[in-house]
Amino acid sequence: MKYEEWSKISRIASKKSLWILHFCTGCGAIEMPPVMTSRFDMERFGMAPMATPRQADVLLITGYLTVKTLKRVIQVYEQMQDPKYVVAFGSCPINGGMYWDSYNTINQLDKYLPVDLYLAGCMPRPEGIINAMMELMEMIEKGEARGWEKYRKNYEKYKKNQEMAFKFGKVEE
Amino acid sequence: MVNELINVLIIAIYATVAMMIGILFMGIGRKIVARVHNRVGPPIYQGFIDIAKLILKKTNITHGWIYDLALLFSITGIVLTILFLPIGGVKLLSTEGDAFLVLYLLAIPALGFALGAGASGNPNSAIGVMRALVMMLSYELPFVISMVALMIYYDTTSIAEIVASQYGKWAILIPPFAISAAVADMALQGMLMEAPFDIPIAPHEIASGPMAEFGGKHLGSLMIYKAGSIVAYTTLFVDLFLGGGVVMKGGIVADVVNFIVWFILIFLVFTLSLLINTSFPRFRIEQAFKFYWKYEAVLAIIALVWVYWMVIS
Repeated sequence: MKYEEWSKISRIASKKSLWILHFCTGCGAIEMPPVMTSRFDMERFGMAPMATPRQADVLLITGYLTVKTLKRVIQVYEQMQDPKYVVAFGSCPINGGMYWDSYNTINQLDKYLPVDLYLAGCMPRPEGIINAMMELMEMIEKGEARGWEKYRKNYEKYKKNQEMAFKFGKVEE
Repeated sequence: MVNELINVLIIAIYATVAMMIGILFMGIGRKIVARVHNRVGPPIYQGFIDIAKLILKKTNITHGWIYDLALLFSITGIVLTILFLPIGGVKLLSTEGDAFLVLYLLAIPALGFALGAGASGNPNSAIGVMRALVMMLSYELPFVISMVALMIYYDTTSIAEIVASQYGKWAILIPPFAISAAVADMALQGMLMEAPFDIPIAPHEIASGPMAEFGGKHLGSLMIYKAGSIVAYTTLFVDLFLGGGVVMKGGIVADVVNFIVWFILIFLVFTLSLLINTSFPRFRIEQAFKFYWKYEAVLAIIALVWVYWMVIS
């Protein structure tokens, strides 16, 4: 069997069993219980919530990130095993959302961690979350969700941005 | 020489089939739990996908050689246990006195698991391991007393003989063994780490306990161990109290029928354990200990005395 075919099998297996680690910072956490329980039931697509970063495949960042939380998010992300995916949930990790001019929140998560999928909304509805996860599954099957490779390749750049953020707050502007 | 090779082949096939059944049961179990919650639930082959994904992960962080080898230790222990248990009346390695041997073998996988979790150095793992060992100490007392009652009644220490003696009349139909079976079923709940005894791996409390640091291939092996343990423990229960699924004797057709009956019986035992799991919240560790040593052990001793009285009279 050729290596390409083998990695295709791994992609299909990866797609069908996404284990999610919720990094519940902001208000987004409240939208997750309906997605998990009997109304929307994400387990029918093979998704399950996980307790620790070592076991998880998807890092779900639900809401705004302060500089202090960013440190923890990066630690958690680096503990996860490749291949791993990041989903930025809500408008806060995309452009700062309603905290865009706050002194201690970062505006764009993409500067510090490779984000595979954005899920806009304040907050996104459970249907939106399921839809986004289906989108992520398609991306994984096509081999487009390669954030973890990008992080390894451009580690210097990401590290520099992270250090800047820890020292001076945000680096966007 | 040829005979030995055939034996090795049969043993390998049995072990593989048992693991496959265990992985299938994990998927079916998730489906059953989902139906109880009024959800759709994952497909029944979800266990295979999960294990494939974990084995095919690109990075696998290790915490030293004890961490790596402990998993092999657990899987070997559980495979050995399965081979010593008669499956559908077919005995593979089963010999005289294996009821005691199986009791020792049952401790090996749990200890291997504890060793691996201890080597990972996570404080949550340490708490989980401590709880798992206390649980083992708790459920083994009532379980062993129930087994001793069976050994006294059938006057043998071989599980294969206990299975053979139950041909036509299951042990659970004899009044004192109904009590023993109820006790052993609660012990089984602890062995399978299902609620109300899912104390060691409480995900919301201590972040899945011993498994906190496991990821990638290591977590995959751990799931294979879990699958094997489902088959091993339910088979032990079926062998002891439900006649091991033996309904016919002699010939290849009888073997196939016995195998199917065994499969249905372990499935029923597993389903019962899942239904208890979905209906109850979690005990604290001292409550579990008290439950096993105060109530279960006393019930087991009553059954033992009753059996002894039946035997001598």
